[in-house]
Amino acid sequence: MNTSEPTIQTENSFLSEVLQASGENLQACYQCQKCSAGCPVAYAMDILPNQVLRHIQYDHREKVLSSKTIWICASCYSCSVRCPNNIDIAKIMDTLRSMALQSGMKSGEKDIPLFHSVFLDTIKSKGRIHELSLILQFKAKTRDFLKDAGLGWKMYKRGKIKLFPSKFGGGKEIQEIFNTFEKREK
Amino acid sequence: MKDISYYPGCSLHGTAREYDESIRAVSSLLDIQLHELEDWTCCGASSAHCTDEELAIDLAARNLAIAEKGHRPLLVPCVACYSRFKTVEIEVKEHGKKMHFPYEGNFPIQYSLDFFCEEPILEEIRKKRTKPLSGLKVVCYYGCLTVRPPKLTGIREYENPQHMDRLMEILGAESVPWSYKTDCCGASLVMTRTDIVRNLSGRILSMAKEAEADCLVTGCPMCQANLDTRQEELEKGGWKNGGLPILYFTELMGLALGHKDAKKWLSRHITDPIKVLSTKGLM
Repeated sequence: MNTSEPTIQTENSFLSEVLQASGENLQACYQCQKCSAGCPVAYAMDILPNQVLRHIQYDHREKVLSSKTIWICASCYSCSVRCPNNIDIAKIMDTLRSMALQSGMKSGEKDIPLFHSVFLDTIKSKGRIHELSLILQFKAKTRDFLKDAGLGWKMYKRGKIKLFPSKFGGGKEIQEIFNTFEKREK
Repeated sequence: MKDISYYPGCSLHGTAREYDESIRAVSSLLDIQLHELEDWTCCGASSAHCTDEELAIDLAARNLAIAEKGHRPLLVPCVACYSRFKTVEIEVKEHGKKMHFPYEGNFPIQYSLDFFCEEPILEEIRKKRTKPLSGLKVVCYYGCLTVRPPKLTGIREYENPQHMDRLMEILGAESVPWSYKTDCCGASLVMTRTDIVRNLSGRILSMAKEAEADCLVTGCPMCQANLDTRQEELEKGGWKNGGLPILYFTELMGLALGHKDAKKWLSRHITDPIKVLSTKGLM
């Protein structure tokens, strides 16, 4: 062994990043699994919420950030309010989604992050969410034009679909918000 | 006359139009003057907080800064917007976070259901109720963000909330106990994982039917849309419970207060509520 080589840091950088970004003491988790037992979408996840916390403690960055789980989480906060150690798990999921987007890692769920990005583009260009523009732009990316077309027509007939976006004057401020965000992303 | 600022949010200008119409109508009957925020923009919704915390804070704070200039309480009918605004309020008031927009948290932010369930307003409703909803069995569906997390909502009974049930009783309806009051409908996954929303919403609808409710009442545009619009697909997949109307609590308020436009709001729903309400002699 070459002793002149620098000592390998064994500290868990993923854990400290999540701790810092979320402000949540996930080290307090003792794996009671109450979060996963009450999670309404656990059945569709590839790693259960309690396992996510354990994987973070074990420094399994890729396993967590490329999981389906972080995107399937619907932010219903059932886990957060029931955790006996007061860990806001839903907030940690937000942190993980943010980190996953930053990492550029392949996402476990393709359409969900894509939808969020189209949603934010709509705010950036229109200030408000004009539902029809949002749906058309999302469909243009997924190429799934037929899904919910019949439902859309029914909603249109009932006056629920607004054809044109509202005018708004806050465009400059919205642009500034997005400029700051995009600079931070780089 | 009570003056209050109003942030409708994006859904209420589109798919949740009847929620906006009924809130404006009942407010006017209860002598509440709503002042829609000038030039409001999207709160950022799930997509902003799933992407970047600071972006989510900025998009919400821009609206709160507009509201602060009005020096009035802010009424927020969409619970998803409400949750974003309360998050920012706590960042400012409890964590001393500095904002890019001039917002210091000098006015109360109120979710519509909480607002209309305050004692003086309930008293006013009792006085002005002209058409009690006798014989109507409802289940109150609170969903997630109406009650959770309590550090944002201030709701103490977040596992078994009662305030909407109380409002329904005052309107003359019978609020039936059931076990899915605060279960998630799948929320914004509807666009991307519709299968999950069908599954979650299907369970809620089945439980409401098991409780023998005539309709389900909510105060969330996302929940209303998910529960109202997926029933036909569920039936195609073998769900055999028949249609269950999904109403905004403000629509039932309007009906009990005898507002002339109630039929117009109710005709915007995908699952028809008019038939059930007519059978009960309420329309």
